[in-house]
Amino acid sequence: MIDEMKNDVVIKAEKLSLTFETNDGPVHALKDVDLTIKKGEFVSFIGPSGCGKTTFLRVLADLEQPTGGSVTVNGMTPREARLKRAYGFVFQAAGLYPWRTIAGNIKLPLEIMGVPRSEHDARVKEVLELVHLTGFENKFPWQLSGGMQQRASIARALSFHADILLMDEPFGALDEIVRDHLNEQLLELWARTNKTIGFVTHSIPEAAYLSTKIVVMSPRPGRVTEVIETTLPRERPLEIRETQEFLNLSNRIRDALRAGHDDA
Amino acid sequence: MSGFRKNVWPVLVVVAVIIALWYAFAVVLNSNWAYDKAKRGGYELTFTELVADTWTQKKPRLPTPDQIGEELWKSTGARIIKKWDRTEGKPFWERIAKVAGDPRNLLRHVWLTLSATMLGFVFGTGLGILLAVGIVHNKAMNNSVMPWVITSQTIPILALAPMIIVVLNSIGVSGLVPKSIISAYLSFFPVVVGMVKGLRSPDAMQLDQMRTWSGNKSQVFWKLRLPSSVPYLFTSLKIGVAASLVGAIVGELTISQNGGLGARMLQGSYVGTTILIWAALIAAATLAAVLVSIVGQTETVVKKRMGFVK
Repeated sequence: MIDEMKNDVVIKAEKLSLTFETNDGPVHALKDVDLTIKKGEFVSFIGPSGCGKTTFLRVLADLEQPTGGSVTVNGMTPREARLKRAYGFVFQAAGLYPWRTIAGNIKLPLEIMGVPRSEHDARVKEVLELVHLTGFENKFPWQLSGGMQQRASIARALSFHADILLMDEPFGALDEIVRDHLNEQLLELWARTNKTIGFVTHSIPEAAYLSTKIVVMSPRPGRVTEVIETTLPRERPLEIRETQEFLNLSNRIRDALRAGHDDA
Repeated sequence: MSGFRKNVWPVLVVVAVIIALWYAFAVVLNSNWAYDKAKRGGYELTFTELVADTWTQKKPRLPTPDQIGEELWKSTGARIIKKWDRTEGKPFWERIAKVAGDPRNLLRHVWLTLSATMLGFVFGTGLGILLAVGIVHNKAMNNSVMPWVITSQTIPILALAPMIIVVLNSIGVSGLVPKSIISAYLSFFPVVVGMVKGLRSPDAMQLDQMRTWSGNKSQVFWKLRLPSSVPYLFTSLKIGVAASLVGAIVGELTISQNGGLGARMLQGSYVGTTILIWAALIAAATLAAVLVSIVGQTETVVKKRMGFVK
């Protein structure tokens, strides 16, 4: 029983700290962050800018090195996890290569990771289907709208079958209508693939709608002020956002954000 | 029709104005010699006679466009016809060889300059790309090579060219290679500068992305940096190919016995035939325009293929 629970843990941070040395003195991007993420959870990180939400995600991805505490991804250090292709990372900008078609862009990580070429086309087909972009294989990125480009970028992050998906404000640059649509699709994708998702956002409704767990953070020093478990069911049509339950959850997040702000 | 008018009209007007000014300047600049002749002959010049004289002198200070055009035809098409007719009755290939080897044919000199230009351009571009790759990947090279690259371009090439030729000649290298080395010397610089910028053009996010896939240095280079640098490379190549041509001509001014457009210009200035110089000049300008536009066309095709252009 205990072993089973242990195996369930995908990400575990203990007293994790990261201090940047700048000319104006040290900046505490993260201070004593404790967090556990279990397999299949959808965890949102929310907070004002400078609260360390993106930094935390980047530490998990081995893009930043912590200066204190410990963190494991799939029981390994972030570096080992990165080398074992444990996660796919989606950045705020789609970052598709303009000289590659959509299929070519999705094959890019496969080429780098040495996945046999014979598998490439099947993988492209599989992930494009997941993000509803079937038929766009041979289009160039500029032929797609911003929302479609970001979906292609998610498809690329899924192509090498990592169990964890880390997303750094992936829909931040998109308008609200496209955003709603993509949120709905992301939930569907999550339900189908059963991935563990870490999702950075600054939108309260987005965090409330998507997550099983909402990590509220506050700045100076960046730390976790509250972890809110959702009360919503897993099955979430867009209309759920008009229910009282959803509003209550949003208010709890808002209160937590305000509390974090007050004592800063 | 209106589109045609809009696009062509301004160009025609500018060309017409330039040609009109050119003829006017020919009158002014060549009038001294016309007056001299009149004085010595003891007759007065009317304005019409003055104009007629200044536009038809054998060694004018400024030849007119029609004189240059005539010289261009005489030294190209007319030469070919002349040589071809003169070798009548000889075997075909021998006749071709005679036409191609005609030292008074301007096209032969164009070819000599072009071949040195191309060889130098290839050398220079290759060297430029290699240096840029080194500079981008190696901090020591970035600190040590870049200042020398910049210094190399501050030395006047006219001062350097004879030294390069003499040094190379003393180690037994002559002919096309010394000229093309001067070409390469001028054309590698824009390529280094452009490629360093191009190879560094991927932003922090793109490099982070590569890191999340654990891409190694060579994968980052071949899959990200090199394709990203293509638009920068072509901009550099356009400057580089023109610089390469200048280099070849400068080389020919130094080793004029081998011919080439530079040698033609020098020859024209020795004998005081400005028409000859201008003809070579026009040939060089045309050659430069053609080379730059070939690079430009290639750029369009490559960028379209790569999906850069919409």
